[in-house]
Amino acid sequence: MSGLSARFSLVLGDFRLNASFDAPGKGVTALFGNSGSGKTTVLRCLAGLERAPDGYLAVNGEIWQDENNGFFLPTHRRPLGYVFQEASLFPHLNVRRNLEYGWKRIPAAERRVSFEQAVELVGIGQLLDHNPAHLSGGERQRVAIARALLSSPRLLLMDEPLAALDLASKKDILPYLERLHDELSIPVIYVSHSPDEVARLADHMVLMDRGKTVAHGQLHAILARLDLPLAHGDEAGVVLDTVIGGHDDDFHLTRLDYSGGSINVARQPHAPGHPMRLRIHARDVSLALGRHDDSSILNILPAQVVEIADENPSQVMVKLDTGGIPLLARVTRKSCAVLKLQPGTNVFAQVKSVALLG
Amino acid sequence: MIYHDMEPALNAFDFAPVWLTLRLATTTTLLLLLMGTPLAWWLARTSSWLKIPVGAVVAMPLVLPPTVLGFYLLMTLGPQGPVGQLTQTLGLGTLPFTFAGLVVGSVLYSLPFVVQPIQNAFEALGSRPLEVASTLRASPWDRFFSIAVPLARPGFLTATILGFAHTVGEFGVVLMIGGNIPGATRVLSVAIYDHVEAMEYAQAHWLAGGMLLFSFLVLLALYGFGQRTQRVGP
Repeated sequence: MSGLSARFSLVLGDFRLNASFDAPGKGVTALFGNSGSGKTTVLRCLAGLERAPDGYLAVNGEIWQDENNGFFLPTHRRPLGYVFQEASLFPHLNVRRNLEYGWKRIPAAERRVSFEQAVELVGIGQLLDHNPAHLSGGERQRVAIARALLSSPRLLLMDEPLAALDLASKKDILPYLERLHDELSIPVIYVSHSPDEVARLADHMVLMDRGKTVAHGQLHAILARLDLPLAHGDEAGVVLDTVIGGHDDDFHLTRLDYSGGSINVARQPHAPGHPMRLRIHARDVSLALGRHDDSSILNILPAQVVEIADENPSQVMVKLDTGGIPLLARVTRKSCAVLKLQPGTNVFAQVKSVALLG
Repeated sequence: MIYHDMEPALNAFDFAPVWLTLRLATTTTLLLLLMGTPLAWWLARTSSWLKIPVGAVVAMPLVLPPTVLGFYLLMTLGPQGPVGQLTQTLGLGTLPFTFAGLVVGSVLYSLPFVVQPIQNAFEALGSRPLEVASTLRASPWDRFFSIAVPLARPGFLTATILGFAHTVGEFGVVLMIGGNIPGATRVLSVAIYDHVEAMEYAQAHWLAGGMLLFSFLVLLALYGFGQRTQRVGP
């Protein structure tokens, strides 16, 4: 059985955790929620650092915890990698020996990541002989990521690895996390409370609120669920996974294709076929009943209204379907009435701007 | 002439108390490091209610007059005491007025000086480095030796210095439990006391001055070593 299946209930002081979710066996699953919602506790349960008395955890067909049968695999016997919020490098070891710590402790036959690969992946080749105290925050976190990878994990847990970093270090480390996403074939559980990070990195999402898992599913589906708080407010929006379809060198544009149509963006340096992820905010999408080719808006997608929910007294949030992929549009209640929008109405979504997430 | 006065004293100078003291302090310190480390680890990491009473017992020698400790040890280890009867049954004789008895007394007397610095160092570690190590496949023993001990090194250094120095300097406990048997229990501090009693100030000077110099050199070496290892790192 592929994928990860977890159930934990735990009482810690006056905090109650009640988490139950599945995640795919590959790709990044964001564990998302406000601070205090129990994300880190879930991660600690997954690692076995916290033991839920009736917990259950299976990772890609292997049982790690099944308290009903009295089974609990201690942390050091679980093939996982854990990147903590603070890099937590061992201060008495230099970078190389930090990296080797987990690597030396697994049998040579089980090593699936070579030392050179890990070092290259996060770009720390020049730092190997340094003392952790002399590294910047971003460098330390990159070493911590490589150290976790070198233990050849079958599950990678990351607890807000960017939260303790300044903006510059964040920018420095995000591309490496994106490479991880593209190159690793293991499940990654990524704790975050930043919608931007989630939009960039995740494929799947588990939403947490006050110790409970509220929803879990594919990122683009969860982001567009009108019954969840994420689909409301100024930051509401969806992500689209597209590929570069072609370039228009006359106007310096690149066409991105996905099942719902095409989106034009400024010329990108990549070849056709290269994957690109976009974020489209609901506030940047307007709706029309006809296709207006006389407008300056370039990106117009045929869509069908799926659901309408009140946003505030003057605005509504409209969930659309574009080729099976949801899109959100925030329009005024008045427009909604004038256009007579209701589930099933065919419309054209005019996208005023998109954010490229790489 | 002063020179002539001192010559017989030098010739008759008895190094036995010096060697005995060094042997006692070394044995005691090694035993304390061996026994005190697991105790310190337990005290630093347990959440058991026993932590506080055990911690108080460990700290007792800090406030107890050494003679009180020595007196109870004498009673316990002596022929009529429970431990004394046990050692006699086992054919070991009794411990008071032997080197082994001195070691037992010193170990108890110097216990807090070794346990507390190590305990503090283990507590200062927090649980994070050990958790990180466990996510990197290190078993509990492995974590202890590869992470906890090296990170607590300054605590071990302090414990060694204090345990050794405190044993060298003790007087009340050894006098009570060891008495004053040359070559067996007559340690430096007792020898100095004897010399002063007998108005042999020259011998007392040699011993006391030697102690002073020795203590200074040991501390200098250990502190210097600690400084250097802190700066360089691995």
